[in-house]
Amino acid sequence: MEGLKVSDANLVAYVNPSKSTKVPQAVLRELSSLLFKFNETFDGVVLAYDVQIQDKVAKILPGLHPYFCVRLEAKLLLFSPKPNMLLEGKVVKLTQTSIHVIVLGFSSAVMTDEDIREEFRYKTKHGEEQYASRFHKRHVIKVGTTIRFSVKSFDEEILHISGSLVPTNTGSIGWLAKHMEDVSRIDRRSTKRGRESEGESVIVEHSEAYSLHSDQIRTSKKRKIKDES
Amino acid sequence: MGAEELANYGAGFHEMDNDDNFSDSEVVYHVKDALNSVSLGDSDSYDQLVGVMHHNERLAPEEVALLVTSLKALSGAVSYIDAVLHDSLLTSIFRMNMWNYRPDVMDALLELIISLAASNGKHVSSCLEMLVSNFTPPYSFVDTLKQPRGLARKEQVLSRVHSALKHIADLVPLAPSILSPIVSQRMPIYAKEPLAVIYVENMLKLESGAIGEFVRSTMLMAMMDMLIELDVEIGWDDILRDDSSKGIFQMELENADEIADYDEEDDYELPRELSRKSLGGNLIAEKLDSLMALTFEHLESCKANGRLSEVFEPLLDSFRITVLTTYKSKFAQFVMFYACALDPENCGVRFATLLVDIFVSKDYPMPFRMSAVAYLASFLSRANFLSAPFVAIMLKRLVDWCLEYCKTGGEINPVSHRLFYSACQAIMYVLCFRMKSMMDVAWFKSHLLFIEPILKHALSPLKVCLPSIVDEFCQQAEVANLFSSSEEFVFSDSLESEHSKAFGGMERLDMFFPFDPCLLRKSDRFIRPYFVYWSMVRPPCDEAEGISDEDIGEQEIDLDVSKMSITPRKSSAYWIHDGFEEPRGMPARIRPSTSPESL
Repeated sequence: MEGLKVSDANLVAYVNPSKSTKVPQAVLRELSSLLFKFNETFDGVVLAYDVQIQDKVAKILPGLHPYFCVRLEAKLLLFSPKPNMLLEGKVVKLTQTSIHVIVLGFSSAVMTDEDIREEFRYKTKHGEEQYASRFHKRHVIKVGTTIRFSVKSFDEEILHISGSLVPTNTGSIGWLAKHMEDVSRIDRRSTKRGRESEGESVIVEHSEAYSLHSDQIRTSKKRKIKDES
Repeated sequence: MGAEELANYGAGFHEMDNDDNFSDSEVVYHVKDALNSVSLGDSDSYDQLVGVMHHNERLAPEEVALLVTSLKALSGAVSYIDAVLHDSLLTSIFRMNMWNYRPDVMDALLELIISLAASNGKHVSSCLEMLVSNFTPPYSFVDTLKQPRGLARKEQVLSRVHSALKHIADLVPLAPSILSPIVSQRMPIYAKEPLAVIYVENMLKLESGAIGEFVRSTMLMAMMDMLIELDVEIGWDDILRDDSSKGIFQMELENADEIADYDEEDDYELPRELSRKSLGGNLIAEKLDSLMALTFEHLESCKANGRLSEVFEPLLDSFRITVLTTYKSKFAQFVMFYACALDPENCGVRFATLLVDIFVSKDYPMPFRMSAVAYLASFLSRANFLSAPFVAIMLKRLVDWCLEYCKTGGEINPVSHRLFYSACQAIMYVLCFRMKSMMDVAWFKSHLLFIEPILKHALSPLKVCLPSIVDEFCQQAEVANLFSSSEEFVFSDSLESEHSKAFGGMERLDMFFPFDPCLLRKSDRFIRPYFVYWSMVRPPCDEAEGISDEDIGEQEIDLDVSKMSITPRKSSAYWIHDGFEEPRGMPARIRPSTSPESL
């Protein structure tokens, strides 16, 4: 999954003089206030931090409240989804017009029917709503499925993502993991088939497949049968 | 969709009841089209749609059907709703009040609200605000609430609102963090009692519900803030003026036996209750009373579900942040008292320990430390659920602190040593209530002896603390042979001395006894079984003199009781004769609440 990065940050925490006896606590509190909020300076949502106080000496701010400036060095885990990044999330709701996903357990994402590629068709099977692929019978998205999708936009205030399932490398992660290579291979094969008619052979391709994984072979064989029928 | 069709849009909906040719998806398509056409400058059908949402008075069956269909269709087309472009539609949707509709409309509306919240981050807070605004019925509905019909509607609405909130939280994980401030900002503190009560009911429902984990501490803190807000609205003067008109006089009629009877019979019409009515007619007090009773019931249900400790932590925080720092809170602290009563081993111990910790900690400002020790003294004295050894442990910490303080030396000075005097007074106050049981705690007996050097230190706490407490304490101490040398401390019959006035400061923290009997009628019902009234206190008696002295003993009790009373005897007589005149000084105002025990 993309959209996660670790940044090294040099920070200054302004500690209230009343907290002078518990500076580390005050610093952690200050950093915790950054969590799960979008921060423009870091260009991302702070998910975690690992902080070290740089200096035992701190400058005192002149003025009415003598806050003191504690210099920190922190490693920040940031979440900053940008358009076209591929994210992963768990489906929590399906409707005829949308798929709702939660990313990393806190950010909600939605894909509306415009952004769900034609390949997926909404249907109800055994009382369960699902989006199923027209081309790959086993490529099914239902509540609980983890899917990969691409980012269209990100609302920084509420951390809401608008996503898309248009790119072909998006969809159910479980299926993609097993078949992504296959898909590309099938794509290749279909082009090869095109070439076959021009007199080339597919045997090389098959021997390649055997050397890979027995599971994949089975499925690819099945598909081949299906394709042929 | 042609122009003609657009014009017939509304009519089309009407036809739908009879005409099965329209499928759901077709209706959704129509709505999408109506929404899209706004950006093209054609808003006829959109306006009709908005109009449908505006109808809420006495809908005919076909209008209801139209409304439901439109709402359902909109749920299918939420992604086409633009926050700016379709502002009027959104406004009219968010203005719909569920209390006005039948369950099928409610369901369709909530489905739409949930879809809206999930479809676009921009709608989340408006959706949550809409749901929160449905916590309370419209003003016109308040009277209906008492009827079964009203109760049924309340159940229908609230169960749906809360399940919708949960649903939204499932789809938008950060929704609870947006919900919390909305709920706490919209608290109808000054609304009519039934509305305020129903709102707090909802807050507590949220706290105990599926998203409770995320909103618990905000809900409980906000609720305590509300209680405090109402609490400070009731001035000490309000209590006093009502009291002085008739309360005290009738209070004088009752005796300890009646109180004992009262505990068994659950009857409100006993004379004791008459004094309770002193706050009757005070709308704020009644509202506060109902809210407190609601909170107590909630605490009971938490106890039954084994999650009292979950709730207690935020309450304790709230106490530390809000209640303790409020100037002489009168009632809100009983929430803590009741939570402690339900689980003395855990909550009671935590509460008392927090108070001692605050008192001995240098991090807190002086008035808070003095308040904390006043709370502690009152709590240890009044709570009948605390074990004697535990009270002894708490007292020991105070005694140790005082001993340590004495080492710093110094002369009598009520102002600069106020912390010390407040601790001494606290020790004496607790011992007035618990002398007998403290004498029975074997290991504490030796510590009790340390009290003498403290009290006889050059700082002279006996001359500074409230004479009524000092008097009572000295009498009991003498009977209990607490002091090696008997020394008489004779004071004039006044409640306070110049010194005690001085150490209490402007705030008169010397006269602050937060857990004096609760004057709120409904709340008192909960508190009563766990409460030690002064009339129930049996001072240690000399076994040698025994029963023969019973009569004298009784007389003595009467006297003692009057001395423990907050209300000076003279002043009370003076009120009765001249009810309109303000009693002199603060003390009489501060402790009217103990006066029931006075005689």
